[in-house]
Order: sequence, then structure tokens, then C-alpha cells
Amino acid sequence: MARKFLSGNEAFAYGVKKARPHVISAYPITPQTTVVEALATFVTKGDLKSEFIHVESEHSALSAAIGASAVGARTFTATSSQGLLYMAECLTYASGGRFPIVMMNANRSVALPWNIYGDQRDSLSLLDTGWIQAYAKDAQEAFDLALMSFYIAEHKDVSTPFMANLDGFTLTHTYESVEIADDKTVDEFLPAFKTENKLDLDDPKNLGFSAGPDTNTEFKYLEHIGVQNTVKVILECEDRFYKHFNRRYTGLVEDYRCDDADFVIVTLGTVAGLVQDVVDALRAEGKKVGLLRLRYIRPFPNEEIAKALKNVKAIGVLEKDISFGNEGTVYTNVNSALKKANLTLRSSNYIAGLGGRDISKDEIKDIFNDLKDSDSKVKFIGLKGE
Amino acid sequence: MKVELLKRDIDKLSDIPFAPFAKPGHTTVNSGFRTEKPVCDRTKCNGCSLCYLYCPDGAIVKDGKGIKFDLGFCKGCRICKKICKKGAISFEVEK
Repeated sequence: MARKFLSGNEAFAYGVKKARPHVISAYPITPQTTVVEALATFVTKGDLKSEFIHVESEHSALSAAIGASAVGARTFTATSSQGLLYMAECLTYASGGRFPIVMMNANRSVALPWNIYGDQRDSLSLLDTGWIQAYAKDAQEAFDLALMSFYIAEHKDVSTPFMANLDGFTLTHTYESVEIADDKTVDEFLPAFKTENKLDLDDPKNLGFSAGPDTNTEFKYLEHIGVQNTVKVILECEDRFYKHFNRRYTGLVEDYRCDDADFVIVTLGTVAGLVQDVVDALRAEGKKVGLLRLRYIRPFPNEEIAKALKNVKAIGVLEKDISFGNEGTVYTNVNSALKKANLTLRSSNYIAGLGGRDISKDEIKDIFNDLKDSDSKVKFIGLKGE
Repeated sequence: MKVELLKRDIDKLSDIPFAPFAKPGHTTVNSGFRTEKPVCDRTKCNGCSLCYLYCPDGAIVKDGKGIKFDLGFCKGCRICKKICKKGAISFEVEK
């Protein structure tokens, strides 16, 4: 075990290195580039024995990854923003084919207007493609997610590709002290990838065929069950992770002082760290506030949200996303969880951080203030006035 | 090598694999949009196997010194006719 001073991207690259994928196939894009550069360096220096495939686009990057996974290889790719959108066609091939590829996505705004900075409109616009989606808070969680993502994706009850999301620049390019596990413990934690779903000379199969109206519903149902199964596999994986590395994660959500809270901010990604600080400051003033961080958006933590928020008066969903003409997509999903649990607390939507705009402590305090008598309107935080 | 293709009825969820993969023989017959079928004149065919290599559906099977068609999977695309140097393949209307 060692400590290193790493950016979020580098931390994730170290995690991937420890997981020893057979194949890495990626095309560079800001702010993902440094994760691929780090992995290319590991391979060049001989520290990682992976086949590193240079491709001409993101569409090819994921296509090559699918091909590798289809012969039973542990496979990694990474992208961001327009690159993720360019991959979109292949995303459903990977998930429908049940190929447990791991992808790191550096969350970045999507054009137009052209913008390279962080928000979550890239990945959140692709929730229906059948990929597991996790959102990291800090560089340590990025390293840990890299290890856990292979375990979860490749589990026989899941067999579904995994998208680990890191906020562009705020996480991908900031440096923190990260505990790096030793190879031996990682090998004990992470079993080799085994699957029936592969081309095999000793056991020939027909892979990736078409399925007409007579069986398509059944294939899609099984795909849904695979993602649903992730819930129990994530918990099993995190227990196992705790036993090997002594760091505890809390499943689909992280509940911070929600227990007796009247007002809670529900959010995802790095901004949760700042909300946590504001919660502490307001708690010190005697205000009953809390934070619920969504660690996974697919599978969606319906029951976990209802459990954490059952005694709360009002929530604000803070997200770096807007589904134009409606509201933030995370807000839609959270409201559905509340409705299914028959909870009638007030809930509002705060759209912030678009195109990399900073979210300040004062703005978070204002949101908590607003929650005292909030309506359910969609509000854009920090919008310039007339 | 066994080349017969089975038509398998799927009526239970447990018949469906978790991913779209299957043992050889699982595939169902799929040639409904063909209007004309290929015919090989064995007196002209020299068994060169070019058609066997070019057929995009794998619907041509080597048969002794010649070939035969697997009409359950032939889509009627005529690539075999185009590629045959001996002019051995022709198409006739299905009856």
C-alpha cells in the first residue's frame, strides 16, 4: 500500500492498471485525455501488459472494446462529452450484448455553444442505454470505483457495461492524496473475468444475433433484470472491498445527516463535498439540514431515496443538467421514487454548474434557505438578471 | 461437420440466454423476403468454392465436388451468381 498525490484521472488510471485489463481501446478528448495518457505510459514502460489499441474515433473505440469483450477479454475504454455522444450507437450494442466493458467518462458539457468544462448533460442524456452509471465524489473514490467497476460489471448476475463518471476538471484535473492498494490484495479482491458469452474455439457459438418480435421483449426483460441485480452485487462488492481495503462505501446513496433533517439537498458528483461542508456549517448554527448523494443513477436508488427522506419536510435536487422543456432528469427520477413510496414532501429543482460554472457555498446556503417555503419550480442558480 | 439447422421453438423465458448468444443450430429460418431462389448447374460447377466464400449469409455449403444451397437462410441477393466464373448459378422464381 502506498500514498500518491494524483489527479482524479490519474487515480482512475491507477485503478485500471491494478485491474489489469487485457485490452484498452480509447480515443483522446478533453478532459479525459490524461487517463488514457497515464495508461499508455504504463503500457509503454511495461508496467501494464495490456493490448493498447489506437483507434480513429470514439465509435471505433467502443466497437473495438466490444470485439475484445466478445472473446472474453477484460476491457477498458474512456471518453467524455461529444465523444460519448459519438459512441452512443455502440453503447446499446455493448449493453444489449451484455459485454461488461468498463468506461470512465469525464463529465463535460455538450455543444452548442462549444464548451470543454464540466457538467453532467453528457452521461445523463444516455440513462436509457442500459449502462450502469456511477458518479464519484473524489480521487480516492475514483481509484476505488475503478477496481469495483470490473467486479460489478463482470459479475455473472450482472454482465452489464459500467460507466464511471468523474466531474470534468473539478475531479479529473485536481490533485489529492490517494491510497493505492498493493497488487496482491487487488488480485485477491478482483477475480478473473469468466463468461459463457464469448467466442470460443472449443465451444463455438453464434454471438450478437438479431431477435424479432417473438423474443425481443424477453431479451430486454433479462437486460433489465441484469441492471436490477446490480443493487445486490454493489453491496456484496462493497463489503468485499471493505474487508480487503478497509474503506467503507454505502451502496447506491450516501446519506449525510439526513436522519433528523428537515431540509435536504439531493445531488451527485463532486459538488456533494461542498454541500457537506455547508451542512456542517448550518448544523453548527442549529439548523436541521442534510445531504443525500446519489452514487449510482442506474440502477436508480428508488428505495434508498424513500428510506433516507421519509421524515424530511422539503428537498432540493441540485444537478448539472437540464432536459429542455421539462426539468433536470435527476429531479424527474427522484420525484418518481418519492411518488412510488407515497411520500408527499415538497421537492424543488436547482439547475447549476452548467458549462463549468462554479457553484459557491453561498449559493448552497441560499438553496437551503429557499427550501423553507419552496415551490416545485425549476430554478437556474446564479442566472444573470435583466 | 453438421450443417443442418434446427428450427427451435422458444416459448419459455428459460429458453432465452442472458445475452444474445447461442449454440450452433439455435438460429431460426430467416429467408422470407426472397422471391427467387438460386440453382446450381452441376455440369458447369467446378467446385472452386468462390460462392461459398462470398455468400454473406453462409447459406452455401460444400457438397462433394460442388456446392448446395441452404434455402432456409438464402436471402436471394445473387452475389453467388455474380461471382461465379463458370456461370453455373442461375435464379428461378419460387413456386
